[in-house]
Amino acid sequence: MSKKILIADDEQNIVISIEFLLRREGFEVLVAGDGEEALAKVRTERPDVVLLDVMMPKMNGFDVCQALRADPDLGGTRILMLTAKGRDTEISKGLGLGADGYMTKPFSTKELLAEVRKLLGI
Amino acid sequence: MQSRRKLVLATVAAALFVSAVVAAAAGLMLASEADAAGSGRTTEERVVALAVLALAGSAVCCWAIVWLHRQYVEAPLRLAEELAATLAHSGLRIGAYRAAELRQLAKVTNQLLSLRQTREDDVAERIREARASLEEERSRLAALMADLSQSVVVCNLDGRVLLYNQRAKQELSAGADGSSAKLLGLGRSIYTVFDRTLVEHALERLQQASRDQSATGSRPLIGSVQFVTATPAGRLLRAHMSPVIGGEGQHAARVGGLSITGFVLVLDDVTTINERHARRDELIQSLLERGRGPLGSIRAASDMLADFTDMPVHQRDRFVGVIRDEARVLSVQFEQAAAAFSNDLRERWLLEEILGAELVAVAARRIGERRASERRVLAVKTENLDEDLWLRVDSFGLLQAIRYLALRLQDEYAVREVRLSLSRSGPLAQLDLSWLGTSMNNETAMSWLQDPMTIGGDVSPLSVTEIIERCNGDIWFQRERVSHRAFFRTMLPAAEAPKDLPRAIVVPGEGDRPEFYDFDLFGWSAAGHELDDRPLAELSYTVFDTETTGLQPSQGDEIIQIGATRIVNRRLLRHECFDQLIDPRRPLSPESIEVHGITPDLLVGQPTIETVLPVFHSFCADTVLVGHNAAFDMRFLQLKEKLAGVRFDHPVLDTLLLSAVLHASQSSHRLEAIAERLGVSVFGRHTALGDAMVTGEVFLKMLPLLAEMGIRTLRQAREASQRTYHARLRY
Repeated sequence: MSKKILIADDEQNIVISIEFLLRREGFEVLVAGDGEEALAKVRTERPDVVLLDVMMPKMNGFDVCQALRADPDLGGTRILMLTAKGRDTEISKGLGLGADGYMTKPFSTKELLAEVRKLLGI
Repeated sequence: MQSRRKLVLATVAAALFVSAVVAAAAGLMLASEADAAGSGRTTEERVVALAVLALAGSAVCCWAIVWLHRQYVEAPLRLAEELAATLAHSGLRIGAYRAAELRQLAKVTNQLLSLRQTREDDVAERIREARASLEEERSRLAALMADLSQSVVVCNLDGRVLLYNQRAKQELSAGADGSSAKLLGLGRSIYTVFDRTLVEHALERLQQASRDQSATGSRPLIGSVQFVTATPAGRLLRAHMSPVIGGEGQHAARVGGLSITGFVLVLDDVTTINERHARRDELIQSLLERGRGPLGSIRAASDMLADFTDMPVHQRDRFVGVIRDEARVLSVQFEQAAAAFSNDLRERWLLEEILGAELVAVAARRIGERRASERRVLAVKTENLDEDLWLRVDSFGLLQAIRYLALRLQDEYAVREVRLSLSRSGPLAQLDLSWLGTSMNNETAMSWLQDPMTIGGDVSPLSVTEIIERCNGDIWFQRERVSHRAFFRTMLPAAEAPKDLPRAIVVPGEGDRPEFYDFDLFGWSAAGHELDDRPLAELSYTVFDTETTGLQPSQGDEIIQIGATRIVNRRLLRHECFDQLIDPRRPLSPESIEVHGITPDLLVGQPTIETVLPVFHSFCADTVLVGHNAAFDMRFLQLKEKLAGVRFDHPVLDTLLLSAVLHASQSSHRLEAIAERLGVSVFGRHTALGDAMVTGEVFLKMLPLLAEMGIRTLRQAREASQRTYHARLRY
């Protein structure tokens, strides 16, 4: 069974590439355009990995991350945070809130893929 | 010799006198024997003769004794008295004496006295000279400080201000609302301007940073600390604090073997620098963070295009579209940042405001200077000079560039005369260097502008273009065929005239010390002294006066003007005064207008009493209030205490009462009358500040007179005032 990945980012231009890439790599890909939608989709679709952008409308990535980690049912969901700020303090905040990994834009798609595979243990 | 002769004379006289007495007695005895023999003299006749003889003898004796007493007992006593008097007044001399011995003594004594007076005069003269040179040095220091562009404040360890300069006054005295609260003043506490804990913390750090290393043979380390603080007006100041070293005594603190008597604060206004840094940080931050998103999208899309060359065309177009969109977004961001940054970039050069006409005048002079290599001096004319045009330029570089071009024209094109003109052209200033003849071509001109400048043997690493660009300007070469002239035209942004007020150089008047410093305050310490028991001469005073709408505060009369000045260290500080009109919110009576001359239109838009009193209250901080008939003014102030939220519980001295103490028999204690008695000239009366000044002068004249009466402390002055009759007057 193919792994399910949720991309939560409101930047359509980055979503296009990541979605294309992950599909080509054989993953099942879901997309959410804001924080609330992301949270809802995680609960209904139970993806294996969430690519979570920090700056999103309605609910930011940190809050989504915190809400996911507060739910014991979702303990197995891996969270990879994506950010356009890249301050050290922000990275440690994300990891502190329970994210499994962190990538700062702009990143190479190869690294992203490697990170996703690492989180999935494949 | 003479005294010896006198001794001989006196001995002979005494012998003759005794012989005469003995002879007379013998004569009488012989006569009585003759009587017994029966010659014709009666007993009565003999008694009379004897009596006459006795009287004559007594008279001679008395006269001799009196004469001797006068000459040799009274006169020396008088001499002693005269000598005693000379102890107090060195100008006195011993008078004439009849006795030669005393005359001799007086003569020598007078010589001695003259010698003493000469010495005294000499010493006094030397002291005067030393003082004058000290004063001169201090004045020079004050003048120097006044001219600094930084604020300087010197305080003793209690935080009392001993010195400040004009700049410090401008920067630190401005209130939050732009009003000048004038809280910086001699003898005042620096803590009215700066937070006490901030300064104390800095002092602590300072003491840690300074230590004497003389034990180890190296020189003492004098540390300094910096802190940043905000003024009441919201400016950011960077303070550099260093200690004043030296002077033993009770007012010095021993720190690590060093004796610290105070501290120096040098203050820089870093508001604009800080704003600029903040703006730059913000810019960089936004460039970094806002750039990441678009860059991320571009990178991912390009990765896809590169890695998956087999993708269908429509997919491919989507990625290309992403790259195009995001690149456009980045471009816009980039342009915005560049525009915002360019102003700050320019600030990096030390550009200063200069009056354009002044710059042209200096340029003309520099060009017209004779050069060793050149026989002929290049003539310079200025024309169309805009006198009010200010420029913000690197004036040194600009002058160098103009001179370089002019001299090269002389050297290579044998130009004999150049003209300089400066005019306004919209927001720009147009500076032309022109000459007759159009033989130069564009290529030559271009190379002149772009090559490093060479004047004489000096090679500058910069080109004319670089210097002009540094001034945010542009320069080009142009020819005018009609007038047969060519010129280098420079366009520079016109600047605003600098807003800084010209700083006044402090020039002390005759016998008047400049009032920006008082080093005698170094020895001051408020600690350990009850105000009441401190000497009057050592206290700080606020001398004040008010003008009011009438005489009945309890019936609604109001203050319309407060004027005040300060006395510190027995000096009236004319530069530190308080002068404020107040809107009484009630009409003025015609009678009161006659007294104070303040018409209702002057009070329109003035602050009301509840905003003025807190400011006045801080002006009076730590001082004794002095007023003429102060009870009257105090009553007005105290009635407003609640409204203004301040309490005037300062000690108060009244010159009217003190006058009654000094001259109890005088009938008038009006300010004019007192001023006249004490030799104070009266001017500007019946303005609150004018009256306060006169009161202050009067009070200063009273201090030594009070001291003569044994009234030396504040407590004594207050008690004496209360005892006088006038103290029982109540308003």
